[in-house]
Amino acid sequence: MKLIFEKSKAGRGCDILPSCDVPIVELDDNMKRQKELHLPEISETDISRHYTELMKRTFGVNDGFYPLGSCTMKYNPKINDEMAKLPGFSNIHPLQPASTAQGCLEVMKTTEKYLCEITGMDAISFQPAAGAHGEFTGLLLIRAYHEARKDEKRNKIIVPDSAHGTNPASAAMAGFTVINITSTKDGYVDLEELKKVVGDDTAGFMLTNPNTVGLFDKNILEITEIIHKAGGLNYYDGANLNAIMGIARPGDMGFDVVHLNLHKTFSTPHGGGGPGCGPVGCKESLIKFLPLPRVEEENGVYKLILEREESIGRVKGFYGNFLVVVRALTYILTLGGNGLKYASENAVLNANYMMHKLKDIYKMPFSEPCMHEFVMTVEDLKKEKGVSALDIAKALLDYGIHPPTMYFPLIVHEALMLEPTETESKETLDYVIEILREVYEEAMTNPESLHQCPKKTPIGRPDEVTAARNPVLRYHF
Amino acid sequence: MKKILFTKTHEWVQFLDETTVRVGLTDYAQGELGDLVFINLPEAGDEVSVSESFADVESVKAVSNVYSPVTGTISEINEELLDHPELVNENPYEAWFAEIENVSEQEELLSEEEYEQLIHEEE
Repeated sequence: MKLIFEKSKAGRGCDILPSCDVPIVELDDNMKRQKELHLPEISETDISRHYTELMKRTFGVNDGFYPLGSCTMKYNPKINDEMAKLPGFSNIHPLQPASTAQGCLEVMKTTEKYLCEITGMDAISFQPAAGAHGEFTGLLLIRAYHEARKDEKRNKIIVPDSAHGTNPASAAMAGFTVINITSTKDGYVDLEELKKVVGDDTAGFMLTNPNTVGLFDKNILEITEIIHKAGGLNYYDGANLNAIMGIARPGDMGFDVVHLNLHKTFSTPHGGGGPGCGPVGCKESLIKFLPLPRVEEENGVYKLILEREESIGRVKGFYGNFLVVVRALTYILTLGGNGLKYASENAVLNANYMMHKLKDIYKMPFSEPCMHEFVMTVEDLKKEKGVSALDIAKALLDYGIHPPTMYFPLIVHEALMLEPTETESKETLDYVIEILREVYEEAMTNPESLHQCPKKTPIGRPDEVTAARNPVLRYHF
Repeated sequence: MKKILFTKTHEWVQFLDETTVRVGLTDYAQGELGDLVFINLPEAGDEVSVSESFADVESVKAVSNVYSPVTGTISEINEELLDHPELVNENPYEAWFAEIENVSEQEELLSEEEYEQLIHEEE
């Protein structure tokens, strides 16, 4: 497929802008661009066809099953977008007076209230743009907390080796030293290891629960107590909240700070589909450090708090990705409290159903019932037949199935991590189970054919190594 | 060629003299990681400690830490690897990562036989 620049013809174009109806103001010469902009010149028909062709080459939840583990690629109900499109939400400016945007502020305050109820936190900020940004913001809160108490030797954040890679990265960015601890063979936090590393330099502990192998850590109350006794704070990575909505709350487990991924758990567009939103919630003692602006309500009037001395300041322009909050609120109101709980129960049921139907041929490194996702390993297949997790993932593409997360978590070799979510029917799950079994059979009898997959997609198997070693990042005119 | 010793975390160590070592990744490690696409090395003069990460390698699968088997000072890095990470895949025992001098402490290192035993157990 040609790039849009390659389709450009000098002098061609389309009249999408109306003629100017205000006086034209010329810029001073020193402010003018010296060279012409390299913009593609192309007719509207060809633009439309170009992007339609691109669209056909993509794959989203609207195209098929998308079991990307730890990403919660659930279906995004259309009503969310309908609400986000309402002119009162979309035709506004972030700098217009608060008195003229009361509805928008009410949405933020109401969503904050609901998310506090769901997580067991006392306040929430919608500023962070996505998950890792939320982690970073949450860690800055932890840092501000210790600094305000003049407890400045606390510079270490403890992270289990099963954590998402963003956890240690965010901790390092927030100025902490990262201490990694190994997990037990069953995939849980090793309490003995944890006790060994805590001390008067412990700033905090980061955990995803259920964790990245799809297990709920049964020792969670003991874990958070160990950290609290040592004087540290507990950080909850909300990546896997989809397993426990309405059932368990991070706030009740002993966590002091959480981030959520509205774009995962609360069904707003995800990845290339739209901006994220990684709100950070915290307990009472940390509220004063939250980023600004904050929305507050007094006698039914909403206002924005723009200054507060102890605040860590802004972490993003304006108020975060507001329309994602509108979509999340729509989702919460559509499902209601019982509906959210039902969603989590079905997310867990669907994952266990798939795991159960696959475990006689795919090896499950952790045998206990899982939460909303599970990890399989094809280590044996790799050794015996030379077929890797990557080969299996590529083969699924030919059946219109998006690959699961691969090679994660790092503690499992040749890992495939599946998260079906609650929005898939039993028929879809059965189809995918059948295909996964067929692909395994093919790997056993005809391993060579799997190295060629995918065979039916617009692009076969790209050379990922060359692409990573010699990336071509822009078009050269 | 001087004798090579191994770590449990899959680095190889070669003593150039009593207090200077070269460190790289083992053949087994490069095989497990797959094609390397990026290598991050320390700078000459950096202090490293036993079991502390001093470099990282990135394959299309994942990013992994490389741990220092000794405590000492980085005296030289193999700059060629920065532009040619594939050298580690092609010839892991030639593609050294760094030379570390003033070695004051070292972890318990394995002989070739012991290391092969370890790999065998992991498999």
